[in-house]
Amino acid sequence: MTNRTVLVLLEPATEVRDSALELLTIARGLGRVEAVTLEAPTVEVLAQLGTYGVETVHQAELSRDGSCVTGDERHLPAVVGAALAAAVRLTDADVVLLPTSFAAKEAAALAARELGAGLVIDAASVREADGRVVAGKRVFAGAWDTECALTTDVAVVTVRANSAVAQPADVAVEPVTEGYAVEVAASPVTLVSREVKADTSGRPPLDQAAIVVAGGRGTDGDFGPVEDLADALGAAVGASRDAAFEGWWDTYVGQTGVTVAPRVYIGAGISGAPHHRGGMQASQVIVAVNSDPEAPIFEICDFAVVGQLADVLPQAAAEIRKHKG
Amino acid sequence: MRIVVTAKYVPDINTDRGFSGGRVVRSAAEGTLNELDENAIEAALRLVEAAREAGTLGPDEGEVVVVTMAGPDGDVALRKAFQLGVDRGIRVSGDELAGSDYFGTAAVLAAAVRRLGAESPVDLVVTGMAALDGLGSVVPTLLGAELGLPTLNLAKKVELADRVLTITREADDVTEVLSAPLPAVLSVTDGANQPRFPGFKLIMAARTKEIEVWTPADLGLDPATAGSAGARTEVLTAAPRPERAEPEIVTDKGEGGVALADFLIRNDLV
Ligand SMILES: Cc1cc2nc3c(=O)[nH]c(=O)nc-3n(C[C@H](O)[C@H](O)[C@H](O)COP(=O)(O)OP(=O)(O)OC[C@H]3O[C@@H](n4cnc5c(N)ncnc54)[C@H](O)[C@@H]3O)c2cc1C
Ligand SMILES: Nc1ncnc2c1ncn2[C@@H]1O[C@H](COP(=O)(O)O)[C@@H](O)[C@H]1O
Repeated sequence: MTNRTVLVLLEPATEVRDSALELLTIARGLGRVEAVTLEAPTVEVLAQLGTYGVETVHQAELSRDGSCVTGDERHLPAVVGAALAAAVRLTDADVVLLPTSFAAKEAAALAARELGAGLVIDAASVREADGRVVAGKRVFAGAWDTECALTTDVAVVTVRANSAVAQPADVAVEPVTEGYAVEVAASPVTLVSREVKADTSGRPPLDQAAIVVAGGRGTDGDFGPVEDLADALGAAVGASRDAAFEGWWDTYVGQTGVTVAPRVYIGAGISGAPHHRGGMQASQVIVAVNSDPEAPIFEICDFAVVGQLADVLPQAAAEIRKHKG
Repeated sequence: MRIVVTAKYVPDINTDRGFSGGRVVRSAAEGTLNELDENAIEAALRLVEAAREAGTLGPDEGEVVVVTMAGPDGDVALRKAFQLGVDRGIRVSGDELAGSDYFGTAAVLAAAVRRLGAESPVDLVVTGMAALDGLGSVVPTLLGAELGLPTLNLAKKVELADRVLTITREADDVTEVLSAPLPAVLSVTDGANQPRFPGFKLIMAARTKEIEVWTPADLGLDPATAGSAGARTEVLTAAPRPERAEPEIVTDKGEGGVALADFLIRNDLV
């Protein structure tokens, strides 16, 4: 273990998502782990951070021209970026790790710019080699593996979900929360409204799920069989962009949608266009159900059924429920 | 209304893409205009067209300028932009720009926008949501910071009224409405619009339309700001992933679902 200090962004601080636990696990492999938040972490969150070896939680106290910055504005990437940069200066940290949401990428870019730090987006691994931070990335729709070293004193890296298996620390610690002041610049951008989509499905989040079942144009608008199989497997549900643009499902997998790299991806009624592949080809096991034996998705899958998804998926769901008992 | 669109020349997503000497291989035969920058061009054209329709711009007023940072192959991207109807195309080129990282790219694009602004004011810079080769989605943010302009990212809906830009964005699980006064930087998603098809006359005209080539020196850029010299990362290894094994394919004759379940169960995936 080196004497590096690694900061992990916890945003929001009201829950610790699986992706955050993965980040903490990766961070422990690089040095001493501290968390950065923009609000007070809950007692449960603190306990979980302690299990993962976080000794200190730095909670940004935001002000602008002498008045406190509170509410939704705290989540704006410019504010998060400023808080991260200030935390690095405060702790003299060497590495900042963030998840790869769009908001986190923006914050990462702004923090790295302010710090003169190197930036890697969407890493699949982060390790140390010869005293430098080295990030691995899957590129070109998952067809190539690359590794690059950060040549700056500070490294800012956003890390994909499912890049590591979350592992608690050998010894749990009791984290201490310490406030630190952050002066936020006046913003020419007005936040008119902000709404967080409440997820009432009871399913795991698409980008973090271990199993994803996705439906495409071949569902013809009926996602019933897709949801049925997903629920039998405890999986998340996704879609192709075409299916999402039709209004059949709200989140889609792919280069402009959500990138997924689950243990199992099941695509039903999805042709496997390059744009779609770009967001799922890094999955460990790929299964396809398609009525066309020539569907391009068959070129990248491990297992496929040529058939009607409305027949195949419910039967598979029933069989899996039977197996699970 | 004068709008600058940044557009990248990228390997065609439908061809095999690869690396050589730590850099993405691009060739004219396989390269193309980043599809997501077509959405940026479309957004810019529509804003100018709407202003003309509303009478705030005369029929000949308004300009859309496309800027790309690329080698000579990048002209392919600019020609495509001409086909869509942009007025001017600029390529920033120079050997010293090869190997630029996100920061270098943003610094070069910002310098080009500044130079255009010195000719006459630029009201808006529009970018795509990501370059389909690197999928970084950070150049727009860095460009805005570099120019010191308000930046509205990942717009799905764009409205402009009284020189105030308002966007709706759906990023991650959050829907936000944000607004900022012009001049500003805007990035649009592929859900913002449906890019138009090029018209026949524009296709013909695009072949011979002039492409302006600017060098880093023209832009007064310090060689250390861009290119490998300024890059903060260094590619160590790049290797194609091993091919997947031959898939197991079952044709459904009434037991396809059982076969699927069996595959998952026997591989311990359930
Ligand atoms: C800039 C850009 C970005 C894009 N980004 C994305 C992205 O991020 N994600 C994405 O998904 N797409 C994206 N696309 C769109 C992409 O190119 C494809 O158009 C899209 O993925 C196709 O969706 P699909 O597979 O559902 O539809 P189709 O290609 O129409 O395929 C439908 C499939 O269903 C099969 N089928 C039909 N009926 C049945 C049945 N009863 N049972 C079983 N199978 C059946 C058919 O054989 C076919 O293979 C993007 C496009 C562009 C231009
Ligand atoms: N070399 C470049 N030349 C022109 N525009 C670029 C270049 N690189 C990135 N961009 C712009 O920035 C957007 C996002 O790119 P990126 O952050 O690399 O994913 C693209 O959609 C382009 O509009």
